[in-house]
Amino acid sequence: MSLKSTTIGVLGLQGSFVRHIAMLDKLGVQTKQIRYPNEIDNCDGLILPGGESTTISKLLDEMKLRERIQKYNRPMFGTCAGAILLSNNSDDPLVHTLNRVPINTQRNAYGRQVESFIASVDLSFDKKPFNAVFIRAPKLLQPGKEVTVLGTINGEIVFVQYENILLSTFHPELTDDPRIHSYFIKQLIRK
Amino acid sequence: MDKGSFKVKVGLAEMLKGGVIMDVTTPEQAKIAEDAGAVAVMALERIPADIREHGGIARMSSPSIIKAIQSIVSIPVMAKCRIGHFAEAQILEALEVDFIDESEVLTPADEENHIWKHDFKVPFVCGCRDLGEALRRIGEGAALIRTKGEAGSGNIVEAVRHMRQVQKDVRRLTTLPNDELMAAAKEMGAPFEIVRQVAKTGKLPVPNFAAGGVATPADAALMMQLGAETVFVGSGIFKSEDPADRAKAIVLATTYYNDPEKLAEVSMGLKDAMEGLNIASIPEEERLANRGW
Repeated sequence: MSLKSTTIGVLGLQGSFVRHIAMLDKLGVQTKQIRYPNEIDNCDGLILPGGESTTISKLLDEMKLRERIQKYNRPMFGTCAGAILLSNNSDDPLVHTLNRVPINTQRNAYGRQVESFIASVDLSFDKKPFNAVFIRAPKLLQPGKEVTVLGTINGEIVFVQYENILLSTFHPELTDDPRIHSYFIKQLIRK
Repeated sequence: MDKGSFKVKVGLAEMLKGGVIMDVTTPEQAKIAEDAGAVAVMALERIPADIREHGGIARMSSPSIIKAIQSIVSIPVMAKCRIGHFAEAQILEALEVDFIDESEVLTPADEENHIWKHDFKVPFVCGCRDLGEALRRIGEGAALIRTKGEAGSGNIVEAVRHMRQVQKDVRRLTTLPNDELMAAAKEMGAPFEIVRQVAKTGKLPVPNFAAGGVATPADAALMMQLGAETVFVGSGIFKSEDPADRAKAIVLATTYYNDPEKLAEVSMGLKDAMEGLNIASIPEEERLANRGW
């Protein structure tokens, strides 16, 4: 499968989807903004972007996308709000999670926007740390046994893999560094 | 660890894209907005239509209202300060609001200077009528720009004018050779380095949202099709007959802004929108968009 024949869908209901699409374009794969259930079918992978998880959760129900994503068995990558949605459980009752990854998420775990930050993430697959943007970020808590930790800041889990799903609490699409998206494409989609 | 940098500020604006930010005056309204799918709420003492009607000096909201709203919703809470009133902005930062709107809807505190927004950790959004005004605010540190429109009018015409003007100004810059950029910066009254950046990239260096006059799902779709990346709705929701349903319809219209069938579907069954004002009926000195420069 060549890069050009790989299509990655980006859930485009609300949030940072345009920046994800721009990053994927740069890496040479085809992209598709997903707003309707049938658009998911032809994608080799799916990204759930950051944004407001309460808003995205409501729109998933409104457009009958929830069940489609729950049954989707190809690789997925959830960033920030997307990670909350793919987790088994969130502390906010307004967010109905998709229960795809055995891990709990705590919304806005570092506080409000004044506590948003940039920090360097230590990666398990690359010696060079990743300078990452955390915006009103969640925390990933109580990971199940089969969850692999891929990234930490000061020992705190911020990036994990479970089967063919990645979750990050930061926004790799807001930087110019393509390594996280490359990992998703090379290790999960085209392996 | 880097907090409060420009990149972190713009980061939150990026997360609000494709959404609706709603003006609210009470915790109950904030809850309605959140339940309808708002990406953020703007905490105000009075919505723009009432400020316009009642007159007097419009100031920053009372901290207790802001606190009450913060305690009831989990989405970002924004609040307005008067143009140039950096002490109000300091108080809003101490309250940890997520975004400060240095807004023409409130009575200006300084007729010459806007706030030096780089001094703050909280991001700022500011209104504009054209690209020069947008770039002046970005030069002062704004992390997000919105059209001014005409707040509290329920009339979309000014928001359309301002959005088209910004887009037109950006397009023009991209056609200019380097040796004409300084003259363009002089003419627009905008910082040269940012003018050069816009000329090169063909877009603003921060997200560009629409505000001032959105009253219907169709208004939201219009602004999104014109290039807005998110929509602020002020009086349009809580001055209508059916705030919860209208709020939800506007949220859907903002996501499906280029799907006419979906827009028709979400617009069905709504009660009356806010009545609205003809801009010509608002005396020049009462037009909010003329505040600030």
